[in-house]
Amino acid sequence: MGKKILYAVAAPIAAIIVALVISSIVLLFAGANPLSAYNNMWEFGTRLETIIETLNRATPLYLSGIAVAIGFRMNLFNIGVEGQYILAAIIAAKVGAEVNLPPVLHVLVIILTAMVVGAIWSGIAGFLKVTRNVHEVISTIMLNAIAVAGVTSYLLSVWDVPDESLDTATKEIPQSGWMPSLNPIVELFTREINRVELWGFIVVAIIVGIVYHVMINRTRIGFDLRASGENASAAEASGTDPKRMIMTAMVAGGAVAGLVGLPELLGSSHAYNLRFTQGLGFAGIAVALLGRNSAIGVAIGAFVIGWLDRASGVLEVRGDAPREIVSIMTGVIILAAVIAYAVVERRRRAEEAAAAAAATAAERPPDEVGAAAGGES
Amino acid sequence: MASAVKLEGITKRFPGVIANDRVNLDVAAGEIHAICGENGAGKSTLMKILYGMQPADEGRMIVNGDEVKFSSPKEAIALGIGMVHQHFMLADNLTVLENIILGAEPSTAGIINFDEARRHIIEVGEDYGLTIHPDDLVENLEVGERQRVEIIKVLFRGAKILILDEPTAVLVPQEVEELFRNMRELKAEGHTIIFIDHKLDEVLEISDTITVIRAGRTIDTVKPEDVTARDLAELMVGSELPVPEIRESTVTDHVVIEAVNAAADDDTGSPKLRNLTMKVHKGEILGIAGVEGNGQAEFVEAMVGMRPLTSGSLSLEGVRMLGWGTRRRREAGIGYIPEDRTRRGLLAGFPLWENAMLGHQSMEPYVSNGFWIQTAAGREHTKKVVDQFDVRTPSVDVAAHALSGGNQQKLIVGKEMSADLVALIAAHPTRGIDVGAQAAVWEELRHARAAGLAVILISADLEELIGLSDRLLVMLRGEIVAELDPRDVTPRDLGSYMTGASVQQGGE
Repeated sequence: MGKKILYAVAAPIAAIIVALVISSIVLLFAGANPLSAYNNMWEFGTRLETIIETLNRATPLYLSGIAVAIGFRMNLFNIGVEGQYILAAIIAAKVGAEVNLPPVLHVLVIILTAMVVGAIWSGIAGFLKVTRNVHEVISTIMLNAIAVAGVTSYLLSVWDVPDESLDTATKEIPQSGWMPSLNPIVELFTREINRVELWGFIVVAIIVGIVYHVMINRTRIGFDLRASGENASAAEASGTDPKRMIMTAMVAGGAVAGLVGLPELLGSSHAYNLRFTQGLGFAGIAVALLGRNSAIGVAIGAFVIGWLDRASGVLEVRGDAPREIVSIMTGVIILAAVIAYAVVERRRRAEEAAAAAAATAAERPPDEVGAAAGGES
Repeated sequence: MASAVKLEGITKRFPGVIANDRVNLDVAAGEIHAICGENGAGKSTLMKILYGMQPADEGRMIVNGDEVKFSSPKEAIALGIGMVHQHFMLADNLTVLENIILGAEPSTAGIINFDEARRHIIEVGEDYGLTIHPDDLVENLEVGERQRVEIIKVLFRGAKILILDEPTAVLVPQEVEELFRNMRELKAEGHTIIFIDHKLDEVLEISDTITVIRAGRTIDTVKPEDVTARDLAELMVGSELPVPEIRESTVTDHVVIEAVNAAADDDTGSPKLRNLTMKVHKGEILGIAGVEGNGQAEFVEAMVGMRPLTSGSLSLEGVRMLGWGTRRRREAGIGYIPEDRTRRGLLAGFPLWENAMLGHQSMEPYVSNGFWIQTAAGREHTKKVVDQFDVRTPSVDVAAHALSGGNQQKLIVGKEMSADLVALIAAHPTRGIDVGAQAAVWEELRHARAAGLAVILISADLEELIGLSDRLLVMLRGEIVAELDPRDVTPRDLGSYMTGASVQQGGE
């Protein structure tokens, strides 16, 4: 058991050490003192406000990571989360603004709309793969372009509400469709929070994580999915329908992807506008890789990347280095993590094989040596 | 005679195991030297050491009189050692010529000299009676031809000492004879051949010297004229072998599986199975013989619901399985031992208990209500399978890839047999596993028969087919061309039906 934990922890720790070393070199090249830069980041990053901003950033990253992980679990590379969430966000914003419902129900309708839109958009890629054998990477890249540059741009121009702010935005969702801030709950345990609000959607993200974990590990559908990802031919021989599995994974991934824009939509913007955060879908791929597709791992990955993103602002403010240095750090962490995982996995496999070989080498009871010479004439 | 290869005290340790324990091997120049042993006995490790793929921890290697140490196969090749692997290392989409020169291209100033290569290859082929066509695509070649390409590939690189790793495992008897002819030719030209095999009658037929390895140690080196196949088997396994028992027929007249004029296409969409009609009864093992690629694989896939019929029907217990998916068929009691266990039968990175669940993931005890996985019950059940079928493993939580081929196969057979079955489709159930595991699998097939299952056995091992089957069908070009009684047929007869050299008059 101790060894199991060691293996689980070894890779991420190795990755972080390697990332720190390489980042230090980069910082040195940029003319900064790495120690002071790290110190500033740590000081700024451990403040309550920064942690709340980190959580607000990590929530959509987490949802995006899970959406990608669902595909990864069966070797589907769904890089269409980007288009799926942006399209879902604008349509959910519009639906949320147009309907008039009591508080909780209103939010549920918005959530459901976003999930359905994400699922349909992702389902198109699944359908193309199942019927026409179009690779999902190709179709989702194209669907991203269509969703972001095409459909969403068009819808935004059509649904734009001309008002005094001159902002290009959909109509604001009435307050019954907002998700409340969790600040009061956090303040119970800490201190008064300035300026920032912890978006309530983090609760939905946690629920998604739990459902994902249970579905993948504890249900037949999850097993079918994992088995298809590990060995599609064997899964087919065991009775899973490969086409149905592809559709299931794409639709489920798309439904989760639909949620990615909602923390922001329901927590702060309350409308889809030109400033709506983009790029979360692509970041989700990195988060899923970092978290190895596990519910907890993806959460840690989302938090780490979210934290680097939020805490890096201070580098510029204090004059250490341009904040873009953090993009390099993020990249190095992901690369180092993927390599470290592979190394640790290889080592774990070798040990497992050795243990099994040792068990095989045990003396064979004589009565079990059957009619081995049956082939003799 | 001088030694071509001499290994002294070779020891190779892997974490927790000793694969080779002070192994000695002395191969005389110009002889055919067989290395026999069960799977996992350490033969392959030894050959990898000799070929420079792995370093030995201890011991000396002497090639052509000089002590050597290899750090890569390149150095072994430079000394004239060549290896033909059990799994062919050929690129399907390249021609024979391209495959042979790959990595050793004769070139001037970076331009490959194809004409010279072609001439050289044809020359090599003619010298040793190895017929190949340099411009054929490898993907269109039969197994035996691919093997010849592999051998020429090695000769092309100037090998004088050839290592052949289980070369006969994939061949039918006629092809084996061809291979043996080639081997004798090579020997006559002064080559030394080391070959690994565990088909004992073959070993006795072709080799000049036989070294038996068991549990990583050299057990004995013998001459074929001094031993029988039974002696060899006992040396390999290390204990006395019981005589194969004579069985009583358990065949009933209750039809479990029935195929009527069944037809199906292959992957490219051209007709492969034709007009297949057969019955399998409760308590019967029906053996299907045939050269690989004559429709057996398609028939199996059609039976388990992975390939649609283009006409005709398949029934189970009198019910037509039209439109039934694989899961429904499994739930109806069809067990399936796939021919390629790593491709069709295992989730390599998953623990054993999840592998045992594979194929039964909609059924008790692994899953309740067809939905919730029962981890504890599943592991418990898998423990029983592991115990009952003698799967050697530290626990049921070990990933499947950690097990040896024989143990993986015992797990697959065991998990199928411990389910509630009415029929069992066993495709090459003993391929690539050692004699001990093979005997265990045979025993289980006999149990299945005794328990009243209808068993379809497909195998390339003709002794196995004849020994186990109650009735034999021969498939050729997607059709059944002969029905034979295993009690009065020899592997040779069977072989000639399989290749179409013999034709049965009248039919059923």
